[in-house]
Amino acid sequence: MTTKLFGEPVRRREDARLITGQGRFLDDLGANALAAAFVRSPHAHARIRDVDVSAALDVEGLVAIYTWEDLPGLIAEPLPLLIPHPALTHGRTGHALARDVVRHVGEPVVMVVAADRYVAEDACALIEVDYELLKPVVGVEEAAEAVNLVHADVPGNIGAHLVQEVHSAAGTSAREAIEAAPHTLAFRLDIERSASMPLEGRGVYARWDADDESLRVYSSTQTSTSVRMAVAAKLGLALPKVEVIAPDVGGGFGVKIVHPWPEEILVPWAARLLGREVKWTEDRREHFISSAHERAQVHHVRVGFDDDGRVLGLDVNILHDHGAYTPYGIIVPIITSTQLVGPYKIGAYRVEFTSIYTNTVQVTPYRGAGRPQGVFCMERTMDRIAAHLGRDRTEVRAANFIQPGEFPYDQGMTFQDGRPLIYDSGDYPESLRMLKELIGWDSFPATKAEAAAEGRTIGIGVGCYVEGTGVGPYEGGHVQITSDGRVHVSTGLTSQGQGHETVFAQIAATELGVPIERVSVVTGDTRRFGYAVGTFASRAAVMSGNAIALACRKVRDKALKVAADALEADPRDLEITDGVVHVAGAPSASIPLATVAVLSNPLRYAFDQEAQRATQFAGPSSDDRPPVEDGEEPGMEGRDYYSPIRSTFASGMHAAIVETDPLTAEIKILRYVVVHDCGKLINPMIVEGQIHGGVGQGVGGALYEKMAYDEHGQLLNASFMDFLMPYATEVPRIETAHLETPSPLNPLGVKGAGEAGVIPVSAVVAAAIEDAEGITIDRMPISPSDLYSLRTDTRLRKIQ
Amino acid sequence: MSETTGAHRAHAVTLTVNGVLHQVTVPARRLLSDCLRHDLGLTGTHVGCEHGVCGACTVLLDGEPIRSCLTFAVTVDGHEITTVEGLAEGGALSPVQRAFTECHGLQCGFCTPGFLCTVTAFLRDNRTPTDEEVLEAVSGNLCRCTGYQNIIKAVHRAAEIQAEESG
Repeated sequence: MTTKLFGEPVRRREDARLITGQGRFLDDLGANALAAAFVRSPHAHARIRDVDVSAALDVEGLVAIYTWEDLPGLIAEPLPLLIPHPALTHGRTGHALARDVVRHVGEPVVMVVAADRYVAEDACALIEVDYELLKPVVGVEEAAEAVNLVHADVPGNIGAHLVQEVHSAAGTSAREAIEAAPHTLAFRLDIERSASMPLEGRGVYARWDADDESLRVYSSTQTSTSVRMAVAAKLGLALPKVEVIAPDVGGGFGVKIVHPWPEEILVPWAARLLGREVKWTEDRREHFISSAHERAQVHHVRVGFDDDGRVLGLDVNILHDHGAYTPYGIIVPIITSTQLVGPYKIGAYRVEFTSIYTNTVQVTPYRGAGRPQGVFCMERTMDRIAAHLGRDRTEVRAANFIQPGEFPYDQGMTFQDGRPLIYDSGDYPESLRMLKELIGWDSFPATKAEAAAEGRTIGIGVGCYVEGTGVGPYEGGHVQITSDGRVHVSTGLTSQGQGHETVFAQIAATELGVPIERVSVVTGDTRRFGYAVGTFASRAAVMSGNAIALACRKVRDKALKVAADALEADPRDLEITDGVVHVAGAPSASIPLATVAVLSNPLRYAFDQEAQRATQFAGPSSDDRPPVEDGEEPGMEGRDYYSPIRSTFASGMHAAIVETDPLTAEIKILRYVVVHDCGKLINPMIVEGQIHGGVGQGVGGALYEKMAYDEHGQLLNASFMDFLMPYATEVPRIETAHLETPSPLNPLGVKGAGEAGVIPVSAVVAAAIEDAEGITIDRMPISPSDLYSLRTDTRLRKIQ
Repeated sequence: MSETTGAHRAHAVTLTVNGVLHQVTVPARRLLSDCLRHDLGLTGTHVGCEHGVCGACTVLLDGEPIRSCLTFAVTVDGHEITTVEGLAEGGALSPVQRAFTECHGLQCGFCTPGFLCTVTAFLRDNRTPTDEEVLEAVSGNLCRCTGYQNIIKAVHRAAEIQAEESG
């Protein structure tokens, strides 16, 4: 059937504009807008004594200069704390422009608006800010010692502290279980900072319509609906007078879910104040020092286990560096804490985290959002257990797996959505079987021996994860069939390259029985759909996909009812094929959806020939029934929402074979294999693409990317020259296989896929290097220099 | 607004972009990327880093790939430039454009114009590239979405389409 498109590798509908230069990214808009630029703090921690703008005033083309003192009302107040949590006892957020104290290099201090960006930057360069330097706090352990404070009113630099404890079935605590276990191990694991680093930075463009007294804002954001509410609130505008649109967005990976950014408030405010269009496009250095980072955590692990490697007790203590502010709350360490347990049944579990302020860029979720760190802990623990017992690493994992018959499986904790951490479905033993077969796990010792005989060093590693996806609270979908037979789908969440226009069209075409060419999809435009949460946590396909399917089902029911009236048939006997409603088995008794759409909207005035069919004298109608019946609405449209009871849990397992150079310590990934289970696949081509991209970022995090802060809080590698993102030469070919255990929680049976690829890569690569070198790997990323030093240290230790 | 002295002095520049002759007056410091995007309205060329590393701004200068963010517009006076908007000939997508969509070689599409220009020049000069040569050819462009696997596939596929169509 031509319209059954769910599950097919349908080519992307976004591509036509993107490969011809016709995409519309933020900076492609607003050709006549004024440009904003910012003076940002060059110091990690300082008090602002004075701002002298006098030298800038003569710059030709200058329009306005603003400091904190110019900001009115709520705009001068701290930015919102988006996700409060009882454990976040000392949450702090910055100001749109710094007030008195700057707390990281890059914090905005002055906004300049000028004729173009060149002129705006000229003016910025002439503004003199007098700073009194304060002691910077850099490094999470140094910050925890609290010799100096980031916020004078936050004792110990501690923003949040949370302990979660899950006792064993017998009621034993993790610490008791570890004490009583036949074997125990304790160790420390570190992950350094990285960042989302989309190729397009942030950006905002605002137009104030003075005649209409309304504001239109374009933002390169992952949540246009929430930016809209924030802008309306901050500017004191009625919500219907503000519209926010996410145009084409050049990647997000988490950083663009944070909002409102200072610029998202200031640019619309200035546009309204000046009565001129204003635009700000972030440059790359600004993105490094003024947006957000993630990943950095220190983990202290204690584990107790039996002779088979079954974990009886696990106790993890995490130090989380959340940077200077906490606008996104403590979501990252909560996710690490809860997703750390992965596909395993842990006897008893205790996890404690302390979330610490430092004078560095704030930390908010980056693709994976705390999971890569959690998986690094759990998987390194599994490898240590296997090494301690002299057992195969996959055998130890299998001994701990939740079994397919044990779902739904309650991990006994509260997940990041405030809901119970209950896994809905999965098949971990089968995933592992597939993975071992694909990578050739069992024959690897022979391969390794052969390589060794040739003087080559190779190693293999494995990593498993479970990912809570599709978190609530909800998303919605609106579907309208217009009288030309076209189907217009909209949903409020945004797109940053995931192919939503394609997969949502596949869902609509399948549900409605129409050719996909007739379906168009709009995302992230509050003019089309005002209620939404946003795109993060691998949730778009689950949340909006299901909402759109439900909205389509409403429209389909209505179409069948209207068509049944017209065809004098029973709606239950009707089908829709290729956009035509017909009686099953009698294709001649049919009516196009276009006509059904016309008939669904009783008209007084015919606007074209087709519309004449719906006018009052056009045909028979019942004299006892109103043209629009009770409980009905005119038009062929439907709206519905999907609000899940809790998240759905995708899973996967990766394995890699690496080779290390005996002389240079260069690390090369020879093979990378992924087995992935995200429930039902809507478009396998797009899911594979998501996995490839995730693994690519994971390789960056494992081998190359870190934020190099010095002791003064200066980011030393704030450019693409020095922050090493992988090129094509660094990412191995990725071999994938899919397992489909449908989610029982949603009508489509789907689970999220966006973050999966990145999650276990550091764990897998660390394990493979450890296997190759026989050296314990306990911090990532690892560079050739790091490995070289580790080799030297190990040799020295042996000599001693 | 335009100043007439020093670095801000305006210069008349003549460029042929995608076969169309343009005359613009720009300050000496105007980057070619900004000139294309903001003076000529050809926003298909994207700026990812403005320091020459990411390759998103790659355009063809007299047929050769260059970083338009590291080039002053005044230095290319009298030259020919091809941007992503000029790759489709007579409305028909080029083999490279077709291969990228066929192989799912793009996601957010921000880096794509740079890849398309780079690969177009590469396959013009090397019609039957090896795996190694393809990898080398795209190794100066950053992509944060795709993991490159489908981009590499697309380059091979473009070579195939090119060969099929040249007979």
